[in-house]
Amino acid sequence: MALFDSSASKKKGGRSSVPDGLWVKCDGCREILYHREVSGNAFVCPRCGHHFRISARERLTMLFDNGRYKELFAKVRPTDPLEFVDSRPYKERLKAYQKRLKVHDALLVGRGTIGEIPAIVAAMEYAFMGGSMGSVVGEKLTSAAERCRQRRIPLVTVACSGGARMQEGVLSLMQMAKISSALARLREEGIPFVSVLTDPTTGGVTASFAMLGDVNIGEPGALIGFAGPRVIEQTIRQSLPEGFQRSEFLLEHGMLDMVVPRQELKDTIARCLRLLHAA
Amino acid sequence: MATPTAPFLEPIERLAESLKEARRHGESEEAARLAARFEQAVKETFRSLTPWQQCQIARHPERPYTLDFIHGMMTEFVELHGDRTFADDPAIVAGFALFDGQPVAVIGHQKGRDTTEKVRRNFGMPRPEGYRKALRVMQMAERFGRPVITLIDTPGAYPGIDAEERGQAEAIARNLREMALLKVPIIAVVTGEGGSGGALALSVADRILMLEHAVYSVISPEGCAAILWKDQSRAEDAAQALRLTAADLKRLGVIDEIVPEPPGGAQLDPSRAAELLSSSLRRHLKELRRVKKPNLLLARRYRKFRTMGEFVQ
Repeated sequence: MALFDSSASKKKGGRSSVPDGLWVKCDGCREILYHREVSGNAFVCPRCGHHFRISARERLTMLFDNGRYKELFAKVRPTDPLEFVDSRPYKERLKAYQKRLKVHDALLVGRGTIGEIPAIVAAMEYAFMGGSMGSVVGEKLTSAAERCRQRRIPLVTVACSGGARMQEGVLSLMQMAKISSALARLREEGIPFVSVLTDPTTGGVTASFAMLGDVNIGEPGALIGFAGPRVIEQTIRQSLPEGFQRSEFLLEHGMLDMVVPRQELKDTIARCLRLLHAA
Repeated sequence: MATPTAPFLEPIERLAESLKEARRHGESEEAARLAARFEQAVKETFRSLTPWQQCQIARHPERPYTLDFIHGMMTEFVELHGDRTFADDPAIVAGFALFDGQPVAVIGHQKGRDTTEKVRRNFGMPRPEGYRKALRVMQMAERFGRPVITLIDTPGAYPGIDAEERGQAEAIARNLREMALLKVPIIAVVTGEGGSGGALALSVADRILMLEHAVYSVISPEGCAAILWKDQSRAEDAAQALRLTAADLKRLGVIDEIVPEPPGGAQLDPSRAAELLSSSLRRHLKELRRVKKPNLLLARRYRKFRTMGEFVQ
């Protein structure tokens, strides 16, 4: 791995994930930073507060007590129901991502404790096809919500996704209904659901579970919306105002309960669970 | 008729027009000859429609829209307006009507016919207040014990600044969640374009029907082509890849039934299209009314969506 590497993440479409070199360049302030400075600060730039994009595993480690959790539904793997081919067959794309990232698809689910409260966390993997939601993401999230209902433990989701996965067509769309139905049942039982929205959360993910938290938490500066900014610009034929569709904008418009820096995220979630969850 | 249409439909439409003209003077040899030619032309063209051609029929400017279906299938329609929070959204119509003499709630996307109306209806692309109005009427239906029929025909939820500011995503998500627990029967019918989340937000139902030439997709072929092929003109390829026709959706287990359209498509005979849809709706409504326990209805609705998707484990 290169000592200095700021291009690797760009190639993979991850605008602000942290490459593995010794040094990283912050996308926020352009400062060259020592890798450990960033990783030791929850992958937040110590200079400007820019939140680097992190993997689902890092996310689970960060949220559970002592970084310990048991992975759930790990065996659920994608297929190619439409036999979808664009510039490359979907099957091949899946294989390439699986090999590179050592995960089956774009969601990891773990069970552990948060501030000593047993909970399930489902975190999206943006590096896997833009965190797109297909049948596997839908199935694992639905199973997670069902398990929470069964065990009467809270659910936490961490969204990071461009939306539904086109390569699974209408089946991806249906995952929105499937997950939302499971969340409806969880809600009926009075079990808390905390939704964390990170950069970016758009499309069918925002328009299903990510907006349905009892508590919706945004990470600072995260792009959150239904339509992506480019689509909106094309529709209205004008450029968008500064800060549009960022966490702070959504907070102002009543869609989020709070914007919380990543270093405080775990404690904030723990506090919400303590206040809401009847153990 | 000067409406722009898909070139592949033009011969059929010309024949349909001449046939109508000939029949105006009663049945004649000429009319019979035209009828036979029309039938033959439809048969040839419709034998192997491409998915892209299906999209063009689904988007046909003369296709019956929600209000046409409501007036063709129901009586005593009372339209209700507004989400009680912000505004009324003309891209969605909602209200109550009699279907076979029985009160039902009916809700659907509404496109406009002429330019003024198209703009007023925002081309059938709802804003959050449209979805919130829809939910308000669905919850009324639940209180008054009326089944809900939704008619789906939208390019998608509106992607605009105001829609984002007022929580387009939240409005759609909430509908998905609330429809899952609505204690009255819901039947959704994709009548034209089933455009992604904007369509799904009215489609969490006990039965999902689809007109023969309607399409239902996670993204428009143009949008998909722009993203995956980096070229909007590859929409035809995207339409093929997305599996968005009624037959595809039936095969994928997403819809329950394909509702036949009159020969040549619903746009050639909207009142017949309404009759055909009526008879299908009647049957499903009867079945669903027989489910007396709301919990059983909800358990089945849950199972329906729970089993959608394909994966291995």
